[in-house]
Amino acid sequence: MTATTLPTPHTQPSAAADGPARRRRGGRARVLLRRLGFYLATAAVAITLNFVIPRLMPGDPASVILNKLAQRSQVTAATEKSIQALFGVPDQNLWQQYLHYLSQLAHLDFGISTAYFPQPVGEMISQGLPWTLGLVSLTTVLAFLLGTGLGIISGARPGSRLDSVLAPLATFLGSMPYFWVATMLLLLLSVSLPVFPSQNGYDLNLEPGFDFAFVSSVIAHGFLPALTIIVSSVGGWLLGMRNMMITTVAEDYVSLAEAKGLGRWRILLAYAARNAMLPQVAGLAISIGTVVGGSLLAEAVFAYPGIGYLFYQAVVNLDYPLMQALFLIISLSVLVANFIADSVYVLLDPRTREDA
Amino acid sequence: MTLLLDVKNLSVDYGSEAEPLPAVSEVSLELRRGEILGIAGESGSGKTTLINALLRLLRPPAVVRSGSATLHPRSGEAVDLLHADARELRRTRWEHTAVVFQSAMNALNPVSRLGAQFTDTLRAHRRIPKSQARERAAHMLDLVGIPAARLDSFPHELSGGMRQRATIALALVCDPDLLVMDEPTTAVDVVMQRQILRQVIRLQRELGFSVVFITHDLSLLLEIADRIAVMYGGRIVESGPAGDLYRDPKHPYTRGLRDSFPPLRGPMRRLNGIPGNPPDLRSLPPGCPFQPRCPHATPECAASVPALTGHGTERAVACIHADDLPALINGGRA
Repeated sequence: MTATTLPTPHTQPSAAADGPARRRRGGRARVLLRRLGFYLATAAVAITLNFVIPRLMPGDPASVILNKLAQRSQVTAATEKSIQALFGVPDQNLWQQYLHYLSQLAHLDFGISTAYFPQPVGEMISQGLPWTLGLVSLTTVLAFLLGTGLGIISGARPGSRLDSVLAPLATFLGSMPYFWVATMLLLLLSVSLPVFPSQNGYDLNLEPGFDFAFVSSVIAHGFLPALTIIVSSVGGWLLGMRNMMITTVAEDYVSLAEAKGLGRWRILLAYAARNAMLPQVAGLAISIGTVVGGSLLAEAVFAYPGIGYLFYQAVVNLDYPLMQALFLIISLSVLVANFIADSVYVLLDPRTREDA
Repeated sequence: MTLLLDVKNLSVDYGSEAEPLPAVSEVSLELRRGEILGIAGESGSGKTTLINALLRLLRPPAVVRSGSATLHPRSGEAVDLLHADARELRRTRWEHTAVVFQSAMNALNPVSRLGAQFTDTLRAHRRIPKSQARERAAHMLDLVGIPAARLDSFPHELSGGMRQRATIALALVCDPDLLVMDEPTTAVDVVMQRQILRQVIRLQRELGFSVVFITHDLSLLLEIADRIAVMYGGRIVESGPAGDLYRDPKHPYTRGLRDSFPPLRGPMRRLNGIPGNPPDLRSLPPGCPFQPRCPHATPECAASVPALTGHGTERAVACIHADDLPALINGGRA
């Protein structure tokens, strides 16, 4: 990012009373605009790569379908031609294809799924997206809050009784393989002790709607995947925050806050944690960006009807249009999340505002 | 002059009970109201540990082993700084004792505006509205020559000298009885150093607080301190009025320290360092801690730790040879 920023002449502080304030606002807007430009350029590159990479791969979706059909019956020349036409086997040059691709994107037309033929990819994604967003964003935020909060307390007094329990526990949880946690929870709380349902996003016998039965079914079905995600990601947040806190509480400004006679919580939150959590925010942004991609393993283990499960299906069935659309959505949402994080960072850390 | 701070027999250890590392040993000192006391010594002599103990800022594994430090503030009852409970301590802090740290670069919260760091302090101690706290903050900044508009600045927007002056203004915001300054001028250039020192002396005359000023630069202390205490190996080895002590150092270490820095004023003089290194606190030499580096050491010096004994009414030295040292080669300035 810094590569795109140009050195700006440093303005000397003016004696005018409104000098610093005006410069600050101007600086903030300039930094945000510069970043927006950078992100737009990156998005353009991502969109183009998403077009180029599948076309560099050997084979094409039409021949996959044709091979499938050929196993069952004879494929006539007419069928071959129409299937090729359906999947857009190039009768145009690359540049024309690219323009076509862009215009399709502009109309949010992602093509038709080959695995779930003839369902449009856009429709499948819009069905899966709410499940994933609900499950993964909620658990990501919860894990972040829980881990960061415990990290503050743990790192404020390294070596305390609480810290000597939390830190090893976090390491233990963080190093447990994700799929193992999922299978164990499934075995424990769904098979041996059938408290929670083992698959799907809701009871398929229910009619989706905003009534108690459906909502509680969604919560019951989401509980195990959510618990899996939280258990396996909270440790990382905790350790990250704890380690930052340990270095921050040794800073002079924290000692000075203590010498000033401020309350314990004010020192801990406004002076120590406020500074220590800057890298956590960057980490949260990256996690939020990958939320749209779903939690592949959790959704696959629990057959949860989200994007992660779709992704899994797309890979298993070589569903190129679906894959391509998912890749594009994931790269764009990572970019959007990073842009938001960068912008929040500018608000959180005043040092990044000017000439950043 | 009335007594403000009475430190008796203060010892601070680092490390475990089994393997203590004595950073400060049996330090006793008195600070009178309106006085500037300089504490001089090399790195590792225990200066910073001493004031961190007084300010209750010691972090594990540092532990106060013994001693008391009684503060007699203008208002309110006397407090033992070393044994005050959490409530008493919070009341004492900044109202009675304030501190300026060595590095102004790190002493201010980087994500908080200067004004907020003044007002949160004021409002932690006094029930006043925000606007009044801000007015007070602006007044304090004005005292150190920083325009009030800077209240809206973040620390990184100020120059180094400005930041150090801001931390001094911050230290004085609650009108403390005691201001502790831990090498406050090491991070700024000589011109700024001079300007800041002058400002501290002026403010001290105006507001009447007492100062404990820590530095390794003895000649700088001569400029501002009324009395000086010299520390070595965690002990005070000599104390006395600044001029007397500088002119006629009675402890060989004080002599060495004095001759290691060029005087700020006066004729040029050959600088002699002190050979050797500060003592390893884990294995202090037997007897006088300075004895292995001392040019005048005799076998008796290794026998026992010399006590800090009075020389006249105002001076004290911890050296068994204090009275029979050879005369100074280049006597001090009159």
